[in-house]
Amino acid sequence: MIRHIRPALVSMGLFTVLLGLGYPLAVTGVGQAAFPFRAGGSLLRDDQGRVIGSALIGQGFAEPKYLHPRPSAAGDGYDASASSGSNMGPLNADLAGRVKTRADALRAEAPGQPIPADAVTASGSGLDPDISPAYARLQAARIAKARGLNVNQVQTVIENETEKPLLGFIGQARVNVLAVNRALDKL
Amino acid sequence: MNFQGWAEIALTLGLAIALGWPAGVYMSRVWNGERTWLDPILRPVEKLFYAGCGVDPNKSQNWLGYAGALLAFNFIGFVFVFAVLRLQGVLPLNPQGFDGLSPHLAFNTAVSFVTNTNWQSYGGETTMSTLSQMLVLTVQNFVSAATGATIAAALARAFTANRGEGVGNFWADLVRTTLYVLLPMSLILAIVLVALGLPQTLSGGAVATTLEGAEQKIALFPVASQEAIKQLGINGGGIFNANSAHPFENPSPLTNLITAVSINMLGWAAFFAFGRTAMARKDVRALCAAAFILLFAGAAAIYWTETQAAPALVAAGVDASVNMEGKELRLGGASTAAWAAMTTGASNGSVNGMHSSLMPLGGAVTLFLMQLGEISPGGIGSGVAIMVVMAMLSVFVAGLMVGRTPEYLGKKIEGREITLAMLAVLVIPLCILGFSAIAAVLPEALKGLMHEGPHGLSEILYAYTSATANNGSAFAGLTANSPWWNTTLGVSMLIGRFGPVVAVLAIAGAVAAKPKLAPTTGTLPTHSSQFVGLLIGVIIILGGLQFFPALALGPIVEHFQALAAVSGS
Repeated sequence: MIRHIRPALVSMGLFTVLLGLGYPLAVTGVGQAAFPFRAGGSLLRDDQGRVIGSALIGQGFAEPKYLHPRPSAAGDGYDASASSGSNMGPLNADLAGRVKTRADALRAEAPGQPIPADAVTASGSGLDPDISPAYARLQAARIAKARGLNVNQVQTVIENETEKPLLGFIGQARVNVLAVNRALDKL
Repeated sequence: MNFQGWAEIALTLGLAIALGWPAGVYMSRVWNGERTWLDPILRPVEKLFYAGCGVDPNKSQNWLGYAGALLAFNFIGFVFVFAVLRLQGVLPLNPQGFDGLSPHLAFNTAVSFVTNTNWQSYGGETTMSTLSQMLVLTVQNFVSAATGATIAAALARAFTANRGEGVGNFWADLVRTTLYVLLPMSLILAIVLVALGLPQTLSGGAVATTLEGAEQKIALFPVASQEAIKQLGINGGGIFNANSAHPFENPSPLTNLITAVSINMLGWAAFFAFGRTAMARKDVRALCAAAFILLFAGAAAIYWTETQAAPALVAAGVDASVNMEGKELRLGGASTAAWAAMTTGASNGSVNGMHSSLMPLGGAVTLFLMQLGEISPGGIGSGVAIMVVMAMLSVFVAGLMVGRTPEYLGKKIEGREITLAMLAVLVIPLCILGFSAIAAVLPEALKGLMHEGPHGLSEILYAYTSATANNGSAFAGLTANSPWWNTTLGVSMLIGRFGPVVAVLAIAGAVAAKPKLAPTTGTLPTHSSQFVGLLIGVIIILGGLQFFPALALGPIVEHFQALAAVSGS
């Protein structure tokens, strides 16, 4: 064993310099130079240049005039420094209660409409930026009423921000909540 | 379930094995010391390593020397990681201002990354400084993966040796696999991932003011560079707590496809590389077929379970076509099912949806794929090595039935090899079931559970299975950051890694010393579809029989409870 100590120490040192510093710093250099927006976290800014969020990270909208995201288990909800799912098992009584409460609230808001699963379940990250087109459409009437708009205007915004699955079959059709809310504020 | 979902699953699994083939040919050239197109750049770096280490890369070691070097290297790695994590609070590049880790958490994390497990008792963005992520976690992601590859290289050489002694040089295998295979592939993948939206910054984070006027702190890291090697090296330890479910690690269906394929690509490559280096291409194709059948069956089963009615959704009267709890909307049921199978069939352990919230049988499949020994396709090299052990056991079983001395790849399989093979295979259930049994009655352990009843047992079983199989995924309701869990899971990872590694190298030593035999009419063909069937049977019986009673008390009971709940509401 003793004769292996020197190569172990030296190679560990060289690997640390090469892979721990050289590799991530090289990727950082190339990334920041070639794709500064994405390498910086896809941060979105308002007209004054203040950061309003990341295009990739969900936020906890609650006002009636905004599109609402999925329920979140990250911190107190959409805490982007503490990502987490609920980790509740399929038979967890607390989960059943939460899902029921959320579904009842949505039924009161939009009676008679079918409720998609994403509207009442927490995502894996707690930071899901997207909702399903069905959940977005469900909210259109509330948003239109709060903003004094025609429902069709809101539906058009939602449609414009809907992204289809890649090549038609990879991933799901989705609506980015923050993108819709920005577009609504600009109407 | 729908056609799009099946197409996505087939594409993801198929692309990984298809790309694994050329990558495997390249990996074999690297192991054999053949010329590659990267020689002009990398030869000088490689020589610098050998000069600094004072080793002769052409000197073939016997199995004991090879194993000794491997253990020494990993021990030094452990000490270094442990020290940096303990001292994190006083080291630079800590924009988050995090303190050093507690001794038991530092032990668990150091073992976890050195053994290629990447179990995370900590929440990434709330515990690890930028320096720790780069200097110790990223480095171990490379070298623990390369360590796995070395055992396949050594075992492959053993089968070509004719009464030889040496199985290769550990330092050459380690350095060459890291420099020629892992580093260039990770560099390319990392830059592609930045282009597709993964952050790569040392800033530590940003503070946003939302449209509603609330404040949102957004944690940022050099994500892309770690993500690339996390997947290619079959490591699985994410920067963020939510791992590849986090939109910064996996922002779109395209990044999901690319990173999912990366989970299995080099695992398959090591199969093909083993076949080329051991001059046993046809036999390795049979091993691949068995592994792929198990993997595809796993993915299909999870896709099926996740599209069954989830009790909570049915009770609330909402759309129950996909169990969306713990899943990301952009990815959906099929992406999550394919990933769950690929990450547990390989010893990766990254997740793009929360396994604890899978339907009961979906969770059972992820457990089972790990309990089979991480062979479909497993970690780089460690997967194919255990698969070869399974094949040796299969020819032994077949030999018993027809009364002939079994042979595999031109080598007689005798008592010593079978004893070692059984040791390599049996140490896994002993560790998993032994620790689970103790934890199930120990108040100190039970404090960490989130659920009672069958799902609680599944949390325990999953934790020890994941640690022992060096996978690293979790039923994350379990709070594992306590002295009991950190210590016993750390010990499980050590047993699950170095037990089989030393046994496989000892087998390599025994096999290398034997004469190479030409096949005769009495030799059992080990490339036929019949052999694939036999092999799958041996794998399932070895895995299934040992774990079935435990699974019956956990996810299988829960499955029947779920059926009852759905039909009752």
